[in-house]
Amino acid sequence: MRLNFINKIFLTLIAFFSVGNLSAAEGASCFGPTKEKEFTANEYISHHLSHCTVDSPLGIIHIDSVFYSVFMAFLFLFVFYRFAKKASSGVPSKGQSFIEMIIEFVDEQVKDTYHGSSKLIAPLSLTIFIWVFLMNFMDLLPVDMLPKAGEMMGIKYMRVVPSADLNITFGLSITVFLLILYYSVKIKGVVGFAKELAFQPFGKAMLPFNLLLKVIEEIAKPISLGLRLFGNLYAGELIFMIIAIFTAGGGVMYLLDLGMLPLAIGQFILGLIWALFHLIIILLQAFIFMMLTIVYLSMAHEDH
Amino acid sequence: MSLNATLLIQMTVFAVVVLFSMKFIWPMIMEAIEERNKSISDGLAAAEQGQKKLNEAETEVNTLIKEAKQQASTILDQANTRASGIVESAKSEGTLEREKIISTAHDEAQQELTKLRENLRKEVAGLAISGAEKILTREINTADHKEMLDKLANKL
Repeated sequence: MRLNFINKIFLTLIAFFSVGNLSAAEGASCFGPTKEKEFTANEYISHHLSHCTVDSPLGIIHIDSVFYSVFMAFLFLFVFYRFAKKASSGVPSKGQSFIEMIIEFVDEQVKDTYHGSSKLIAPLSLTIFIWVFLMNFMDLLPVDMLPKAGEMMGIKYMRVVPSADLNITFGLSITVFLLILYYSVKIKGVVGFAKELAFQPFGKAMLPFNLLLKVIEEIAKPISLGLRLFGNLYAGELIFMIIAIFTAGGGVMYLLDLGMLPLAIGQFILGLIWALFHLIIILLQAFIFMMLTIVYLSMAHEDH
Repeated sequence: MSLNATLLIQMTVFAVVVLFSMKFIWPMIMEAIEERNKSISDGLAAAEQGQKKLNEAETEVNTLIKEAKQQASTILDQANTRASGIVESAKSEGTLEREKIISTAHDEAQQELTKLRENLRKEVAGLAISGAEKILTREINTADHKEMLDKLANKL
């Protein structure tokens, strides 16, 4: 646990330093021909950190994040809906057993923590767990695979890991935050919730201090949820990119070039090690996001 | 790296996905799981019931067999006593019958003997008379000598 904590701090630090140093080409137009070759490592990485953006009446949209996020949502819904439709109480097929194993695992986590009667919490947790895992999983694809394919189709920039985009992680965590507010008000009433914010934990005399503390506590929830997932995945993605600098996106092509072969092998070994390590992180982050959502929502249900 | 409209889209998508999984995925799979759990626990209970019944039946069968064995041995004993009784009575009856038959036979033989003796006597008397007739070669008055002959016959 301690190791995990240190590791997380380390990764988050890397992520924030990178945000500062490697400013992505924000707002640059997405479609059109790419320049022939990128030589410097800085250019390579900042290219990889640039979103494919389109303008809309609401503002800029990261169309790549939205695409992969929605794609993963569809994958989740498609697979689970297929098994839900033919779910029977008879002897389950292997696929059905697997799906049921996931569902029972989530159900167990929910029942352990949450004792309310809401029918929303369990499917919400399942959605978060699977969807976040699938979005994280995009990180394990070779960093250049999909962007290179995109370039061939005339898409200049593409980031394939939706959960390494702040908008996506905050989209999840702010929705969870809204649910926290909704359930707080629903269970305790507006007055009850306001009382909890004002009179706890130090009693009526310390009202302004209580209010400040409570508001910060509440607001910290979505921010920590969103930043934790983003930080881990952004750092993971960045490390994959740094490892990929060995061949600067050449990948498999360089295996034929004897001069580059040691670099390609080095990249492969480092990439493999980090991928194996990252495999644990993406599952753990999905689980943590789900668990904290359950905990926050069951806290919202508790009436003091 | 700033927040923009992607956030709103993601929130909308999230809401839709959660609603969909709440309406069409979670209840169906949970229902199937619960139904299966119920049928499994029912099956286990039924199996336990069956085992219990089997045990009960076994003990019942055992007592029945024991009783039957006991009955059989009693019946066998009775039959044995009865058989020996019958044999005994048959024996005594047989003895009695034998004795009766023997005595009857004895009596009959005695009678026969008497009769035969009588006949023989008569025959001998006749023979004696005819012999005497032949020996004497003279007419003898049967009536005269009858008394004497009867006496002779009685002596024989």
